[in-house]
Amino acid sequence: MILSTKVVKLIKPLLFVLLIIPSVFWLYLFVEGRLGINPIDKLEDKLGELALRLLILTLLISSLSKTKYLRALQILRRMIGLFAFYYVMLHFTVFIAIDHFFNWQFILKDIVKRPFITFGFISFLLLIPLATTSTNNMVKKISYRIWKKIHMLIYIVTPLAALHFFLLTKANKIEPIIYLSIIFILLLWRLYSKLIKN
Amino acid sequence: MKIFGSEITSYRTYLNRRKFIKASFVTTFLTSMSQPLFAVHETNSDAFKNGLDPDDTLNKYYEITNYNNFYEFGTDKSDPANNSSLFHPRPWSITIEGLVKKPMTYNLEDILKDVTLEDRIYRLRCVEAWSMVIPWQGFPLKLLIDKAEPLSNAKFIQFETVFRPEEMPGQRRRVLAWPYVEGLRMDEALHPLTILSTGLYGHDLLNQNGAPLRLVVPWKYGFKSIKSIVKLRFVEKEPKTTWSQTNPNEYGFYSNVNPAVDHRRWTQATERRIGEFYRRPTLMFNGYEEKVAHLYQNMDLKKFY
Repeated sequence: MILSTKVVKLIKPLLFVLLIIPSVFWLYLFVEGRLGINPIDKLEDKLGELALRLLILTLLISSLSKTKYLRALQILRRMIGLFAFYYVMLHFTVFIAIDHFFNWQFILKDIVKRPFITFGFISFLLLIPLATTSTNNMVKKISYRIWKKIHMLIYIVTPLAALHFFLLTKANKIEPIIYLSIIFILLLWRLYSKLIKN
Repeated sequence: MKIFGSEITSYRTYLNRRKFIKASFVTTFLTSMSQPLFAVHETNSDAFKNGLDPDDTLNKYYEITNYNNFYEFGTDKSDPANNSSLFHPRPWSITIEGLVKKPMTYNLEDILKDVTLEDRIYRLRCVEAWSMVIPWQGFPLKLLIDKAEPLSNAKFIQFETVFRPEEMPGQRRRVLAWPYVEGLRMDEALHPLTILSTGLYGHDLLNQNGAPLRLVVPWKYGFKSIKSIVKLRFVEKEPKTTWSQTNPNEYGFYSNVNPAVDHRRWTQATERRIGEFYRRPTLMFNGYEEKVAHLYQNMDLKKFY
């Protein structure tokens, strides 16, 4: 059965609400002081984790929408990608404004000296051009060919984000390893389908 | 009517009896009023403030018992509180072996009979850069060491946590190489700040805090303060410790709190005190520098991290 465009278009606004809810909910709990015993860490972790999951989801959608059955999923990709950026922004803002309270000297040193923060930061920087060139107008302006090239960056952004998570985990590395494996498989799949095409 | 002298209650006994009645009335009243444990402990926290440093405030009983690193019960901070209900901290025995005159297995009760439990308020600094202030009850580790009479070539002690995967769900997966082991140099172990704790806030240790007996070494990162101890092994050479085995580049044997020596992956210069918004600067030896710095006088602390 082929997933119809109609259905996906119907789902889209629901998905929008679904994806915005966590941020509102967590910020509300945080302000209310109900986000556990170490709320700053918890907020930072939750935002970062969801951002990473959404990045992986956009990769997955890219691959799935290459098949004719699920082509319609492509309609959701930009929105989910932008939500990933939204959660990365929130994650980064909490890091700067709450966790380290604008202690710039400290933050800069952390970014340079701590590999896991370095990777996370690079991943964030590389995500900015993707977000800023996401509108239809921008795609027209810079031409689809260049747009496509820029958006290849997602294949660097997502592994870096997963590596960021892997490196900060102390002992129980199952979750980051699962993410890294999914990314690895998706990359292989993309490579494989490219080779077949040629 | 004749009254025998023996029938007359002495004034003293009379007073004691009044006291007893009064006391039992108060007890009954309090028991009937009592709420869940943590509520009582939070309201009673004033009773444990003796010796609190002016810059510190005690963390709440709820915080101390619900935000724990005790991987034997799972790796989330809330796992130890949630997954430890099947654990049986009594009866409990502790084996002392290795280079001692009196290797022996003790019942915990027998050890506790011979010691006086003291109140100790200590800062606890986790290697993950958060910290708490905890009112422990316990006794100096030295008392147990003296009992065992170490031989002169005993230079270190290795401690071991109980291994009970059927009661400790975290041990069913090899997240760390079980059983958890830790170690101290003999002079660190004998130091008067080093205690074996049996309780906090006047309450027996809960399972998630390392019941029934745990080490507390306040100038070292929290993971050195090994929980639910079943064995002390007196040895000549520096013993292996779980975290330094897991990741030797990141965790050393000494693991003294030191803002100048960073963990490989994160800074140790600041910390978040649980319950506070702003980070605090981390203090050398967690603020116990005056009392312990002499132990490391001629050591390069960057090398022996």
